[in-house]
Order: sequence, then C-alpha cells, then structure tokens
Amino acid sequence: MSKPLYYHSAEELVALLNKKVISSVELTRAVIERTRDVEPKIGAFISVNEADALKQAEASDKRRAEGRTLGALDGIPLSPKDVLADENQPLTCASKILKDFISPYTGTVMQRLRNAGAVIWGRLNLDEFTMGSSNETSYFKPCCNPWNTECIPGGSSGGSAAAIAAGQTILALGSDTGGSIRQPAALCGIVGLKPTYGRVSRFGLAAHASSLDQIGPMTRTVADAALVMEIIAGLDPHDSTSYNAQVPVYREALKAHAHVPKKLGILKEFFGDGLAPDIRSVVEKALRFYEKQGCELIEISLPKTTLSIPVYYVIATAEASSNLARYDGIRYTHRSTKAKDGIDLYRKSREEGFGSEVKRRIILGTYVLSSGHYDAYYLRAQKVRTLIRNDFMTAFESVDAILCPTTPNPAFRRGEKLNDPLAMYLEDIYTVPVNIAGLPGISIPCGFTTNNLPVGLQIIGKPFREEEILGIAQTFEANHPFAQQTPIL
Amino acid sequence: MFETVIGLEVHVQLKTKTKMFTRAPYRYGCEPNTLTDAVVWALPGALPVMNREAIMQTVKAGLIFDSEIADICKWDRKNYFYPDLPKGYQISQYDRPLCRGGTVEIELAGSARNIMGTHRKVLLNRIHLEEDVGKLTHFDQESLIDYNRAGTPLAEIVSEPDMHSVEEVFAYLKSLRMHLLYAGIADCDMEKGQMRCDANISIRPKGETKLGTKVELKNLNSISGVCNGVKYEIQRQTDLVNSGGRVVQETRRWDADKNVSLSMRSKEDAHDYRYFPDPDLMPVKISQDMRNALRAELPELPFRKQERYQAELGLPFTITSVICPEKDLADFFEACLQRNPKPKEIANLVANDLLRELSQAGDKGSLPIADSLVKPAHIAELVGLVDSGAISKPIAQDVFKKMFASGKMPAVIVREEGLTQSSNTDELEALCQKAIADNPKAVEQYKAGKEQSINALKGSVMKATQGKANPQMIDVLLKRLIK
Repeated sequence: MSKPLYYHSAEELVALLNKKVISSVELTRAVIERTRDVEPKIGAFISVNEADALKQAEASDKRRAEGRTLGALDGIPLSPKDVLADENQPLTCASKILKDFISPYTGTVMQRLRNAGAVIWGRLNLDEFTMGSSNETSYFKPCCNPWNTECIPGGSSGGSAAAIAAGQTILALGSDTGGSIRQPAALCGIVGLKPTYGRVSRFGLAAHASSLDQIGPMTRTVADAALVMEIIAGLDPHDSTSYNAQVPVYREALKAHAHVPKKLGILKEFFGDGLAPDIRSVVEKALRFYEKQGCELIEISLPKTTLSIPVYYVIATAEASSNLARYDGIRYTHRSTKAKDGIDLYRKSREEGFGSEVKRRIILGTYVLSSGHYDAYYLRAQKVRTLIRNDFMTAFESVDAILCPTTPNPAFRRGEKLNDPLAMYLEDIYTVPVNIAGLPGISIPCGFTTNNLPVGLQIIGKPFREEEILGIAQTFEANHPFAQQTPIL
Repeated sequence: MFETVIGLEVHVQLKTKTKMFTRAPYRYGCEPNTLTDAVVWALPGALPVMNREAIMQTVKAGLIFDSEIADICKWDRKNYFYPDLPKGYQISQYDRPLCRGGTVEIELAGSARNIMGTHRKVLLNRIHLEEDVGKLTHFDQESLIDYNRAGTPLAEIVSEPDMHSVEEVFAYLKSLRMHLLYAGIADCDMEKGQMRCDANISIRPKGETKLGTKVELKNLNSISGVCNGVKYEIQRQTDLVNSGGRVVQETRRWDADKNVSLSMRSKEDAHDYRYFPDPDLMPVKISQDMRNALRAELPELPFRKQERYQAELGLPFTITSVICPEKDLADFFEACLQRNPKPKEIANLVANDLLRELSQAGDKGSLPIADSLVKPAHIAELVGLVDSGAISKPIAQDVFKKMFASGKMPAVIVREEGLTQSSNTDELEALCQKAIADNPKAVEQYKAGKEQSINALKGSVMKATQGKANPQMIDVLLKRLIK
C-alpha cells in the first residue's frame, strides 16, 4: 500500500475490512502506534484507551467474521472531543475542574456511534470548555498544528482536527459554538461540518452555549463526514431542541448536488479588510473553479452579519455563565480543600478549577444578564440575532449556498494571540454568523498558503440541507484531492 | 388602627409519576439519592425534557381558579448558587406564566358550627410551573443533601395582596388544598412538604389605599405554622409602628419552635437571579382543544356541590359541610345515591356512622374511605332495609357496626342473626297488652295527658322483642289499646 492505513478515509477502510484485506485490530493498532509516534509533537489527545480500543476492535472483527456487523462504522476508530459523555470514560472538557471526572452515562451521539460498531479511541484535546480558537486554553496541554508544530491547530476542536491531519485517528467528532469545528478543520486542512442547529442531539455534550452548540464530524473526506452524519443526525427525545425531520442517507443524498450547477452566493462582507491576502487568493481560485463547473456566482451583501461577533459574545457568554454554574465543587467536580465555609467552597473550587478564559466569559455573561443590563445586552442581542438570521434567509431565496473563507488568517504561532482576546475572537468572524443563524456550514481544504499552511473554504447552506453543502463540497474535493496530501511529521 | 394586607405564595408539588424535566420517578419517603439520573445530578451534557403531565395538571388548576390560560408559555432560568440546586439555576417561568389572574373562593368560619360562613373570592396573580430543589440536612460539622426531591414539578400559586386576616389566610389555604385535592392535582400534605407557603405581610393605616412596606415570611411548614407566623408578624409590625418605628423591607424566617420570626436578609441583599429564557427548552403551546379536554375532566367543584346538595337534595349545612370538602366522601355518597335515591337517610349514615367508624378504625388517624369494607352498595341496602320496615333504626346501627367490621352485606347480617323487625300484629298486640298491664302508673299518667309516659311502655315492648319490634307499629297499637 502506498499510503499508511492511518491516512485512509473511513470509506476506503470499510471496503478493506469488508474484503478482509485488513482487520479492525490491525487498523486500530495502526492509529495507536501512529499516536505513540507523533503524539509528543502534536498533543491531540487528553487521554487514550489503547487496551480498551483493541478490545473493541477484536469484538468488531469477531462480529464481522460471524457476518453480523453492527453498522456502517463497524471496526472504524473514531475519537470524540473530550466534551462528549460516554459511560465509564473520562469527561474533562480540558478543565481542571473536571480533571478526574468519569462520566456515568452515555450521551445520544456516542450511543449511536457505539451502536454502529465504531471503535471509540481516546479523548481529544480542546480549549477549556470549548472556549477558544487556538487550543491553548486546555488545562492539560496545548495542541500543535501538524502542518507546522509551532502553530496552533485552531480551536476549540483543535485536538480533533490535529488528530485527523496527523493520522492519529480515522474519524473525529468536534463541537461547534462559533466555529469550533470549521476553524480548526480549515487550519489543519481537513473536512469539518457543523450541522444545522437541532439536526444532531446535544444530549451528552457538555454545554457551552445551548442555543449555538452543535456536534459534528471532522474527517479526511466529504464522504466520511456524510457517513458520520447518517449515524448521528436525527430526532432525540432527550433533547427538546433536536428537530423532527427525516434524516437522509447523506452519502446518497449528496450525489444529487455534486457536480450540479448551483447558484452560489459570494458574501461581500467576508472578503473585506482583515482577510489575509494568502487566504483571499486561494479562496478566490476555488470560486473560479466553481464558476468553471457551471455554477453561477452571485455577489450578495448581508450587512448585519458584521454585528455577529458582538451578538455572539453577549449570547454565548450569557448562556455559558449559566451552563457552567453546575461545576460548583458540591457533587462531582474539583473541590477546594481550602474553603472556610459553604460560600467559600463555591468560590475557591471555581477559582481553582477554571482557567482565565473561562472566568472571563463567566464574568461577561453574568454581567450581561444582570438586572439593569439585560435589556441593553441580552435582549438586544437576541433581536439582532433574528435580523441576522432573516438576512441569511432572504439571501437563500436567490442562492443555493453561500461561499466564503472559513478563517481570515491561516494558523498563527502559539502564544501570538493568547493575551489579546479580541484578536482571538476575530478569528471566528466568518464562522460565528452561521451559528447565530443556526445554519449548516462545512469547511473543506481548498489549498495552501505560501508558507504551506492549509486554507479552508466555508460553504453555508439552508437549514437542514446538509446534503446540499456536502454535494457542493464534493464537487470541489473530486477535483482537488487534498486528503492525499499529508503533513511531514 | 391598622389594616393588614397579606399575599401568599404557595408551592404545590404536583402528583406526577416522573419529575418536571426528566423521566426519573418521584415518590415520598425513599432512600436518599435513589430517585436521580444524569439530569437530576446536573451532569455535564444532561438536558431537560418537559413533563407534559405537569403542564396539564397546572392548566387544570388554572381552570379551577378561573385563571387565564396562556396560549404560549415559556421556561426561564433563575440563576443562583445553593447546594440543594444542582444546576446552579432553577427552571421556572418568569414573565410568561402558564396561568394569569383568577380567584380562589374561600369560606370563613360561620358564627356557629351549623351555620355557613360568608364566602368571598381572593384574587390570584398567577400560577406558574417550576422544578423543586433537593433537601439539605445540617449537622454540626457537615451537611447532607438528598436530591430525591430535586426536579419534581412545583406549581407556584401567587395570590394578590388580597387577604386581611389570619382567618382569611387559613380559609385560603384550606380552599386551595380542597380544590387541588378535588381535581387530583396534588396531595397538599404540608407535613410532607407537598405544600409550602411564603407570606408577604404589610400593615397600613385603615383607609389608606397604598400598600405598606412588606415583609416576606418564609419557612411556614404547616397550616398552624402559617397562622402563627402571620399572627406574630402582624403583631410585630403593629408594635413596631406604634412605638414610632418603621417596617423595613426584608425576608424573615419563621421559627415554629421558638414562635418568633427572625431576619434572614434585607432588600439590599436580595438576589439578582439573572432570569433569561432557557435555551434548552422550547416554548409550550396550549391549544384550545387541550384546554377543552382538560375542562371536561374537571369534577364538580366542592362549593358548587355543596350548594346543589342544599338546594336540590335538601341536606343541611351540618351534613354538606362534612361530605362536600372531601371528594372521596362526596363520590361515595353519590354512588350510594345512585343505588337508592334517599339523600337524607344516606347522608346521615355517611356523615355520621361511616365517618365515626372510619375515625376509630385507622392505625394512624382515620382509615381512608377507599380502604373501608363498607361500600356504597352496603349503605344503599341498609337504608332500604330500614325504609321497608324490615329492620328498625336501632338495629340498623348495630348492623352498620357489624358490616363495617366484616364487609358482609346488611341483608346477610340481618338474616344470619335473625334481626328482622317483628311486625306480627298478634304477637305484638299481646306484648303491648302485657306492657299495659305491667305498668299501670305509666298508663294513668299518659291518660292524664303526659304523652311521653308512653315511652316506658314502648321500651318494655322493645326489650321483650330484643329491639326487633317495629317502633311505629308499637306506637299505634299501644295508643289504640289504651283508649
């Protein structure tokens, strides 16, 4: 084989497993060994479960030998971001406050993947409680970009993106509140899909901002993202915000949209100042490709999207301040031993347990919800949110999807923006509006900067039309097989 | 002179199988921390899912009290830290409660036990739904938390400041409890914490229309606690103002053991709860169909039932005031009535004999009527036996006790024990003649116009028949024979 097993797509590997060319144990061993080799340079995993993963792989091989495989992912290693509850597995959220927490229950997405036979491998690194765009706020360790280990992998799902890019796993899950799947996918040169809000159950996802969070696949190819979506999408009685709509067989459904001339909106506001020239030229080249494929490029303007970052930092911090209140030192979190009394137990446990970015956002969120400020901040932000969504929905009357860069800059150096939160927040300027409007968005690799850092193309779709943006993504991927390019480690 | 103004916030635990936002079950009195799950513990990633039954129960309460039912209501988070609150926020309803306005009809005590007191309607502000918190138990060095109760559905019934005396407060709580029990919405046992009450109390000079500074009184754990607490607080405020002081806005805690209220926190220390809509839950639509269906399920309400019993069945207040407040009893009565339409006779047996036996039968307090061996069929049959002259009233009393103990049908008891009333005229006539012969003095007195003297003769005949003689028949026979 020309390329190592660990750089194959899940789709290819399923075929090899079915043809008995390889076993799940071999495959699992390949990602374990790869991880042993490169993990010191990357830091993608917060914890690993080598023996347990191999046991799962053995069970899968046994099932396959007996002709009773569980589902489309049987035997394929899949690694969750360490924010997804899975029984008897650690669930740290990359925070000291949960560093010793073992989840006593399994959330919906993890249950569905286990039911489909996936080999659950390790727990992936992230920014603490998903708050960050560089994976530098992890309590455990930073994660590095496999394309340049001096650089950040993006965040918050930095571990997921890096692990795919470095061949440490086959499939990964991320979560996306303001770009946490798409931004690291872009910076690490992989595929990352944030589904429509409500498409995938959040039950079992440690909440950051409940009205924005979605779990999504981070994969080497568009088809792999579709494959994971087939398993994780759909109504869940445990999540009142999950949506009751038919789940397509995405790998089939996307074919109706691949290589089909589409009306593609080019969002003017996202090609303005602040976009790195390197990114602009690569993305514009991608746009010209679509034009050549017969797509109609239509320039659109959504001026209210420029308000997305302030709206986001009001809504997301408000919800987070409330969502993180449960980590209180009382039941299962880190508990300070220095507390003088009950109130002090809360104060000290949280003071010791949370990192500074998390504290910053809790304070911001508490402030915007305080009496006397609620109307000026939270209520107003919600109103603007509606306007932003309406803007998008109007645009979708004349276009099928919207194309833009995923990030304004390529991966930056570790430490470069850590002390400049505003600069860090602006890295999500093109991804945040998609969460604000609740839309699906995918980032696919579309080229490299002159410094050989990956560039992501973001495709934003209509609500619950993931198959359409997957199809548009595949049109590009078919002619630009970036998954074949791997970083030198 | 001062006027007292009181508003009550009453929390009522709804009778649902599972908790407000999860399928974890709830029952009173289980091993601590056994009725929990990921949602109750507020584990990372756990999400609330609304209990539809709790919504329906609360809508029912709103319909009973003539509240306006919201077309759409929503859920809000009330944020604060306390160890009994696992999520660090309570899911409640802030600005769009399920029910708005309404009234609770209350009955004040009458001037005597057999006289109906005045009725008036206390205005409601709202009824909303929320989730309960866990239970803390404090020791010297540590505190224990039981999360069994955490997350159970609570309806908060908020009155307007529309009560003016302890008596009204008592009548209000009694009426709330009666109505909620009637509709099967809640059990309202204050000892079990199924009904809890906070009171907002202020005083103002008589004639003044502006409200005085209010004090919120908490920890009122029983109906007598509420009454004592409110009474104490009215006196405290009155004394304070009379001695030249001013009432400050604060929250006070009632200490039932010491019979005093103590300051908990002042207005300045009040929490900022940072309410905002819960993004994990969708707003709830209450359709007209649902409202209609729930309205159709409502039982006849106790005060209306009482009016009907008095007007249509001719029952006295002394009886209706016993039967109507308890739905089980009223249902029992009506089931008897369906079998034998003799309201007065049946009501007497139910309100007197049955209740007396029940009150003596229970291990702890009264035996519930559902556990009684005497069913409506027994009562209906017993009334029939008396009515047809088969047995006498004194015998009926005896039969009642026997059927209460054994559950046997009254006719069976009468047959087995040979209790049938004697109406054999010849036999009775002979006994009457003997009684007249044996009691010449009584006969003479009767003839002289002392009518009750005949009772001695009757008693003698009854004694001779062991109570089985038909009293009316003896009366007729004796009077004829003496003439």
